[in-house]
Amino acid sequence: MKGEAVSGGGSGSLIERLDALYEYDREPVSEKKLHGWKTFIAMFAGEHVAGTEFVLGPLMVMHGVSAKDFFLGLLVGNILAVLSWALMTAPVAVKTRLTIYWQLRKIIGPYLTIAYSAFYAVILCLLAGAMVTVAVTAISIPFGIPNPDYVAGDLIPSIPWMGLALVVGVVIAALAVLGFEKIATFSKICAPWMVLVFFAAAIAVLGKLGATSFSDFWQIANDKIFTGVPIGNNSKYTFWHVAGFAWLCNAPQHLGMSDVTIFRYAKSWTQGFASAFGMFLGHFGAWIASGILCAAFLSEGFVNPQPGAIGLYGAGIAGAISVVIAGWTTANPTLYRAGLAIQVATPNWKRWKVTFAAGAFMIFTACIPAVNANLDRIVSYNALFFVPLGAFVLMDVWVFPKLGLISNFTEKSRKLFSWPAAIAWVGSFLICFIVYGKDHLAWMKSMLNGGLPSWLDAINMDLTYLIAPEWILASLMYVGFSYYQQKSAKNTQLIAEGGLS
Amino acid sequence: MKKVLIIVSFIGLLLTIIPSILVFEQFIELKSHFHLMVAGMIMWFATAPFWMKSKSLDEEESN
Repeated sequence: MKGEAVSGGGSGSLIERLDALYEYDREPVSEKKLHGWKTFIAMFAGEHVAGTEFVLGPLMVMHGVSAKDFFLGLLVGNILAVLSWALMTAPVAVKTRLTIYWQLRKIIGPYLTIAYSAFYAVILCLLAGAMVTVAVTAISIPFGIPNPDYVAGDLIPSIPWMGLALVVGVVIAALAVLGFEKIATFSKICAPWMVLVFFAAAIAVLGKLGATSFSDFWQIANDKIFTGVPIGNNSKYTFWHVAGFAWLCNAPQHLGMSDVTIFRYAKSWTQGFASAFGMFLGHFGAWIASGILCAAFLSEGFVNPQPGAIGLYGAGIAGAISVVIAGWTTANPTLYRAGLAIQVATPNWKRWKVTFAAGAFMIFTACIPAVNANLDRIVSYNALFFVPLGAFVLMDVWVFPKLGLISNFTEKSRKLFSWPAAIAWVGSFLICFIVYGKDHLAWMKSMLNGGLPSWLDAINMDLTYLIAPEWILASLMYVGFSYYQQKSAKNTQLIAEGGLS
Repeated sequence: MKKVLIIVSFIGLLLTIIPSILVFEQFIELKSHFHLMVAGMIMWFATAPFWMKSKSLDEEESN
């Protein structure tokens, strides 16, 4: 399959619209606009102590991870995440100083970039919906509306709960239309306070678990918090699940390279290490804290450890308010970005209409309790889907010149579509999805019905384990197909004529 | 004035975290911790927006 060459003005209005949306950041960032460490430390610390942290710590408790596996897994996973940002994302960003949109536009062409935007919009709406759920779990408390309990079999919430989700969703969508920047500023102001609320709530309830001094913590962690026994029908998580998830829950941002958009403002690639502040405050400290809160909550005989309930339990009204703020401040920018991505496909719609359309989908997903109960799975699918694109960027920027291949070949050859990227993206994703699905998805099991070769059938891997192999597979496929493409007779002639250098 | 606002903000943060340690050490009840956290929250949000600067990445950094 060959990419269609740009001819005259017939490149299609869809591409022009997409380019126009991102027109303001078409050029690389100038030297004058570069930021120091302080900016990145504040940004990461603020962004990674969010509503999701109230969900993910308890999820690990519910999946029966042991204390040793949890702490070691978080340590290893978060170090790997920081290294991914520092050694992969930031160096590419500092070298090219382009947004992910323009970086991808040059490498994979506009058509695949549109596909990327569309899929990205869907996943952003899902994540925003999860955050609405987080906020509603707290808002529902004063109204006496019970939160849906997925573990107990609640597949949809009650009508009053859905009414609250509708109100919260509409408010979030309205605020996203009115002023995203102000919400982002408010979110940064909340961050230091919110971190302390997490820690304070956890410390305050440690006594309820039987701890009398901080030296008891490890014993209590083993016996009462991270017991190693799954709750309900949840599967058992191990060190590898925790490490894999801690590393890859932000994979679209680091391995997937979407944070080049942020790090293009860095003075040096070493500022990628600023991500450690987000990882170790949010994905280490806050996950441990919310795990403690969840365990203490359950130990008192309560059920359904929803964010609002555990926040209120550990920190009173301030805790419940922090849950609302955490959900709201995360949902808002997420919805805004989803609206921006959707706008590509809705040319004649005003921004407010697009944002409300995304908001409607967000509210719908908020009303599905399975979304938050499986948030780790959704985040893992998200990583599995977008990580190959980051591999292409890294290969194109760093490896292609060393192999004598031309970087940004699609743009330079004025093609609209990169078939090597398309095959490597779809191929690596599908292969990994099948490897996972053959053991974990009932419909795929019955569809394949033992039809796979025995060596493939013998591989049994969780979703998070597959993301690193997928990255390698996508890289190899992309480099291999690009080599074939660039060495084909027609393109060799073009390169020889100097048209693609 | 700015210094006063910053001091009040930090007292707010201290009121958020220290009571939890006092609960753990059994010096105060959980209920008092809840009340003190509300006080800390009010102090933080009433003062921090006036001194915490937040620049977008598009703005040039002065230092």
